[in-house]
Amino acid sequence: MSLSVSLTVNGVPHAVTLEDPRVTLLDLLRERLDLSGTKKGCDRGQCGACTVLVNGRRINSCLALAASHDGDDVLTIEGLAQGDALHPVQVAFIAHDALQCGFCTPGQIMSAVGLIQEGHAGADPERIREGLSGNICRCGAYAGIVEAVLEARQHLAQTDQRKAA
Amino acid sequence: MNRFDYVRPASVPDAIAAAATPGATYLAAGTNLLDLMKGGVTRPSRLVDITRLPGLDRIEHLPGGAVRIGALVRNADLAYDPDFARAYPAVAEALLSGASAQLRNAATVGGNLLQRTRCPYFYDVASACNKRQPDTGCDARHGDNRLHAVIGWSQSCIATHPSDFCVPLVALDAVVEVEGPDGRRDIPLDAFHRLPGDTPQHENALQPGELVVAVRLPANADSFAAHARYLKIRERTSYAFALVSAAACLRIEHGVIREARLALGGVAAKPWRARPAEAILAGATPGATVFRNAAEAALTDARPSGDNAFKIELANRVIVRALAVAAAGTPEHITALPASLFSANSGAFHDA
Repeated sequence: MSLSVSLTVNGVPHAVTLEDPRVTLLDLLRERLDLSGTKKGCDRGQCGACTVLVNGRRINSCLALAASHDGDDVLTIEGLAQGDALHPVQVAFIAHDALQCGFCTPGQIMSAVGLIQEGHAGADPERIREGLSGNICRCGAYAGIVEAVLEARQHLAQTDQRKAA
Repeated sequence: MNRFDYVRPASVPDAIAAAATPGATYLAAGTNLLDLMKGGVTRPSRLVDITRLPGLDRIEHLPGGAVRIGALVRNADLAYDPDFARAYPAVAEALLSGASAQLRNAATVGGNLLQRTRCPYFYDVASACNKRQPDTGCDARHGDNRLHAVIGWSQSCIATHPSDFCVPLVALDAVVEVEGPDGRRDIPLDAFHRLPGDTPQHENALQPGELVVAVRLPANADSFAAHARYLKIRERTSYAFALVSAAACLRIEHGVIREARLALGGVAAKPWRARPAEAILAGATPGATVFRNAAEAALTDARPSGDNAFKIELANRVIVRALAVAAAGTPEHITALPASLFSANSGAFHDA
């Protein structure tokens, strides 16, 4: 039984035929669309390395069947920068040394982008830590991650204010 | 993961017809089901994807004061719905204390009710487990069982139900609306999940092919809003299942508890409603003595199922603490660490 799945990934429409319904969204991104920035860590929803935004919301792409996301809009780490201009969260991760080995970083950044968009954490470091508890960093770069998210959030809030003014 | 047929029906009747095939299972977000399938714990022959069914993703305020939550409402959307969180703060707090933000964005109301135990022997297909494979034994009985049940367990199974959401729901007399081959019916949540007995493989009251379509809270469930808390003790600060949790909901008038609701999580194969404790609390003035008496009454039938006698004492203290924080009043905003006592600050300066 083959399934046709249409997805918009980082603004680009894709039509994929799946011969096997077991393909997860994560595997479709990595193996079929060659977007290997999204990482496979635990593959069980426990580490957050596979975090992407689907229709603007962060989810674990390892626990999602690709077929279930027919018609959805997906944003991965590859779609975050505008040409050579990095996204403010990416800039802040570099500025605050918010990584060591870097394996978890795409998931951390996509989760942080989702967290800031959700708007529930504000500038409270404790709410940011709680809101990012689904992303594990084995190197323990958490202190820098929280600083980066705080700074990126402030930058994005100021940008929004300028746009509104 | 085994191979399966994938179908995505467009209506509830089509979904129920598609699920009539033996071996078929409903798929919503899949945050638990896909994990179980990857481990070979469950091996459905057909997945009936219900995520596109119309009309199941709404929060409806019904005439008379009840609220009806569609089975496909995402956990995060329910917890952050301002009207819902104001009326049922313990439910919102429980939701936000569960899983991670990514999982709460995906996981559904119906899926939360139907998630399976996290007993490691249930997950490990090399272990004996009466729930996964009836009449094969229970390796948890003499295994690593400090997290297992202390109420309502049997020689066949000592697993717990992992949901946070279900704990305040059962305290508030939630009703599960299901639809199946024989039509629609209501099941009180307290009768939805089953204790293991000799048949731990039968975890709930659903008949084959029945689909959870909604959860309903009755009209009086918002009368506890001023004194409603969920308290959850875990082995790390966040993103962990409960060791023990409690939902405490009080209706206090002129300094007297007029009505009390109390339920426990992490202690049994179902969210555990503690009615004997509620009877003690009704009519009492809030205070440490009556809270301790209520905790004793709630745990009269608690027995260790292994290396977990500490959970009974822990449950006792969690109940007393949950009642105390509920009596003190629902905070204006959900704290930075929902359901935790370990927030560095109240978190009240930002609106959650």
